Amino acid sequence: MNQSALTARNVSLVSCPCCHLLCEMRSGHQGRPLTCPRCGAALHQRKINSLARTWALVLAAFVCYIPANVLPITHVTSLGHVQSDTIMSGVIYFMVSGSWPIALVIFVASVFVPLVKLIILTFLLISVQRKTNWRQKDRTRLYRITEVIGRWSMVDIYVVTILVALVKMGALATIEAGPGAVFFGAVVVITMFAAMTFDPRLIWDTKEQHNE
Amino acid sequence: MDSLIACHECDLIHRIQPLAEGAVARCSRCGAVLYCHKRNSLDRTLAMTIAGLILFVLANSFPFLSMKIQAQVQESTLLTGIKELYAQGMWQVALLVLLTTILVPLIQLLSLLYVLLPIKLNRKPWKLALVFRFVQRLQPWSMMEVFMLGILVSIVKLAGMASMVPGISLFAFLVLIFILAASAASLDPHLIWEQVEFKR
Ligand SMILES: [Zn+2]
Ligand SMILES: [Zn+2]
Repeated sequence: MNQSALTARNVSLVSCPCCHLLCEMRSGHQGRPLTCPRCGAALHQRKINSLARTWALVLAAFVCYIPANVLPITHVTSLGHVQSDTIMSGVIYFMVSGSWPIALVIFVASVFVPLVKLIILTFLLISVQRKTNWRQKDRTRLYRITEVIGRWSMVDIYVVTILVALVKMGALATIEAGPGAVFFGAVVVITMFAAMTFDPRLIWDTKEQHNE
Repeated sequence: MDSLIACHECDLIHRIQPLAEGAVARCSRCGAVLYCHKRNSLDRTLAMTIAGLILFVLANSFPFLSMKIQAQVQESTLLTGIKELYAQGMWQVALLVLLTTILVPLIQLLSLLYVLLPIKLNRKPWKLALVFRFVQRLQPWSMMEVFMLGILVSIVKLAGMASMVPGISLFAFLVLIFILAASAASLDPHLIWEQVEFKR
């Protein structure tokens, strides 16, 4: 594209984040926030403080990612003997016992997906801050991936919930959730919020400024 | 200006053009979906919502899995796991599971029914804009399909130590997941927004 792109911001319009109505950007409402006339959502040309908020959430998620993987997510008590399992030890157990598909599912959903999501978001944040117009379409696609994959990390939380409900055989066997589960849930929730606060339109803003 | 739409992923302005049934309009710059034209969108979504509510009640009233070790049988509904987590002091995790597998899907189904049923009967639901905005915001937090994968993983995990018996509600869950996905796919939000009257 050689000429400046016709974006809503360039012509003082703002797209409603909820119902996608295109509204005029009228300023001077005496500090009252501008809302969509149709659905009532707050209107902003770009999500407010998108970069700072997303950075804060991404860093918080990186911090929680460590205890989520180091601390045990389950304690199995069987005949008086207690065994604590982390996510990785669960994966290794399935690999050793020959359940490769399950080992792969847990590894991808619990270890790989959150990390990939955080790395992609970090990369997007840095590339937006450097105002590069390098492969914007591909970077937007990367953003869409982070929106879709994050939820699948919840699998391990659900597995713990089901195990805890089923395995309570008194002295024979009981399973309790460990502190790792709390941090793990935190990682999933925080990364979902991080993907929501990141504004993909920032990826495209640089090009318009270059052309003006 | 009502015939214009800005891409919500790159802000580029497009003119809204009539689409053939089943077609999707994408942004010419970044490829994001702009709008679509779905066949019988409102009728289909309403049918899915009613079916979904019935399945939801079924799925939560019966045990979805039971486990047999020697003479002991342990049954589990979704709520038992949440209660047990809460009893173990893991209220944060219990709350997260309660929200993503019970409350959010239920609230979503009920709100969709509240929005779609009056529209079908040519009436305007009260506070339509507010309720539908709420439905749209909740969308990412409904995680039934992920929960299903969790059930499968648990079955394999426990199969070594006990015999697992699937309950009635496991099948209800399975169908419910497809219904929820189909209802999300058949809903065209722009049709609902067109029902909202407003002054510029
Ligand atoms: Zn709106
Ligand atoms: Zn676009």
